[in-house]
Amino acid sequence: MSRFNVRGYLWAGIAVAMVLAGCQQNPPAEKAAVEERNVGASQTQPPSTGATSSGVTGSATQGNPLKDPRSILSKRSVFFDFDSYSVKDDFKPLIDAHAKYLQGNRSAKMTIQGNCDERGSREYNIALGQRRADAVKRMMLLDGATDQQIETVSFGKEKPRNQGHDEGAWAENRRDDFVYAGE
Amino acid sequence: MIRLPRFASLLLALLLARGASAQLTIEIIGGGGTTIPIAIVPFAGEANYPYPLTEIVAADLSRSGLFKLVDASGANPRPVRAEDVRAGDWTARGADAVVVGNATPQSDGRVEVRFYLVDVVKQQQLAAFSYIVTPQQFRGTAHQIADVIYEKLTGDRGVFSTRIAYITKQGPRYQLVVADADGYNPQTIVSSNEPLLSPSWSPEGTRIAYVSLENRKPVIYTQSVTTGARTLLANFRGSNSAPNWAPDGRQLAVTLTRDGGSHIYLINADGSGVQRIINSSGIDTEANFSSDGRSILFTSDRGGSPQIYRFTLASGSVERMTFEGNYNVSPRHLPDGRGFIFVRRDGGHFNLAIEDFASRQVQVLTQGDLDESPSVAPNGKLILYASENGGRGILAAVSSDGRVKQRLTSAASDVREPAWGPLTK
Repeated sequence: MSRFNVRGYLWAGIAVAMVLAGCQQNPPAEKAAVEERNVGASQTQPPSTGATSSGVTGSATQGNPLKDPRSILSKRSVFFDFDSYSVKDDFKPLIDAHAKYLQGNRSAKMTIQGNCDERGSREYNIALGQRRADAVKRMMLLDGATDQQIETVSFGKEKPRNQGHDEGAWAENRRDDFVYAGE
Repeated sequence: MIRLPRFASLLLALLLARGASAQLTIEIIGGGGTTIPIAIVPFAGEANYPYPLTEIVAADLSRSGLFKLVDASGANPRPVRAEDVRAGDWTARGADAVVVGNATPQSDGRVEVRFYLVDVVKQQQLAAFSYIVTPQQFRGTAHQIADVIYEKLTGDRGVFSTRIAYITKQGPRYQLVVADADGYNPQTIVSSNEPLLSPSWSPEGTRIAYVSLENRKPVIYTQSVTTGARTLLANFRGSNSAPNWAPDGRQLAVTLTRDGGSHIYLINADGSGVQRIINSSGIDTEANFSSDGRSILFTSDRGGSPQIYRFTLASGSVERMTFEGNYNVSPRHLPDGRGFIFVRRDGGHFNLAIEDFASRQVQVLTQGDLDESPSVAPNGKLILYASENGGRGILAAVSSDGRVKQRLTSAASDVREPAWGPLTK
């Protein structure tokens, strides 16, 4: 009956992490991410900051770096390891860029939405997702954003971007998304 | 394991006949231990009404896993009062107890339902009750009769007249549903295109607190079960979640992040008077009041992994309650105060377990992969929880001794987040 066991998904996790780190492949369910509503990200970030990303094409974004697919500010997701809220070095340039944007645009406000994979208590996952959001907010405050500019909230495991039940899906769902006010 | 396919299929047939989309179907998938053999004789006159009184009583009792139904057919003449019961006839069939009764129309259109419970071994009447009701109230009357029989024969309160709440998810649609404990009469209290979770009943059973993500963040509302009126309970900066009603009905424990980190606060039922009650630098959440209101069990990772702790309100002391394993969450007090139910992770499986406060002994109760969100029946004998079957969210129930198991499924939707309502007065 068992669909997975801990050893199985640990190995799967390591395997997926290695693949993603090495090849910068996107997680398998890219489409699900694009269809997701109420998530600020317009594109899926693999758990590694790829140098370029296809993004969603849409012209009238000139002058707004938040919407410009060539700008790092259009990237809005930070991914985490299982049961972890420590921010990986890969994501520090992204976090720093958003912090600097907030510093340069004091009227701008952002919500950081923490998310978890599907395993475990719904309410405990709300708290874990919150901690993931708080961890990134702390870094942004050190990088020049102010407390009043950033609200951290958590969706726990309630709004998975990838509906799958394997490590690839889980890796995609352990995530913070950045959503600016008005988006 | 004793299987009761006949009654399960009978019940299934009854449920299908109703055909409501959100209706839960309850199957007994395992039973065991000592069962009380009982014969339930169809009541005189009940066939004149659309609701089969004694079938509902029989279904309630057999679903509890504590009774074995003895064939009551062919008794001639059919006993309808206690004095009609010839003990020898029934002990010969293997019954220890017999239920007889009658339904008699009244001049105002209502019906008098009378029933008698007879111990045929000791040859004494254990109960006799009469209800004057409309035929539309027969289901409720049947549950009340089952409650009386259950209490007289087991010594514990019956919970057949109680209600349950749960969340369904069908496509993008989430609904908070309230139904009778046997799955009948489902009523949608809240509908949303964003997730709903963590329903918690008020102690008098008139309101449900729950978490909604409709505002792009977790916000706690309370909703009247009777009028549907909704009140905002907590929408502070950050996340607002894990409501649990205090037994006095005036306050709730909630988890807020407004001061940084997830911590447990008390809040008045009207949303005023917020005060933080438990301090730590880690996560504190999933507060659950004891039935005397004096202590709160909660989940915290202050020791490095999520474990269950007990907070005593008078002294402010905190005591760790779980030690085995590195993931023990979602504590729920047993109503008698002797222990608690929780979810533990073991080798990637999430299962319900019960811990006794005095001995600290832990017994694992379930064997699924993803069992979560336990809710204890108000008599402490059965625990509803969320599980999955074939990739679909279902509810399941297990007795607190682990012997009786039920599965509650909905044909149309995923079901999750059960909350068992309080005893009706």
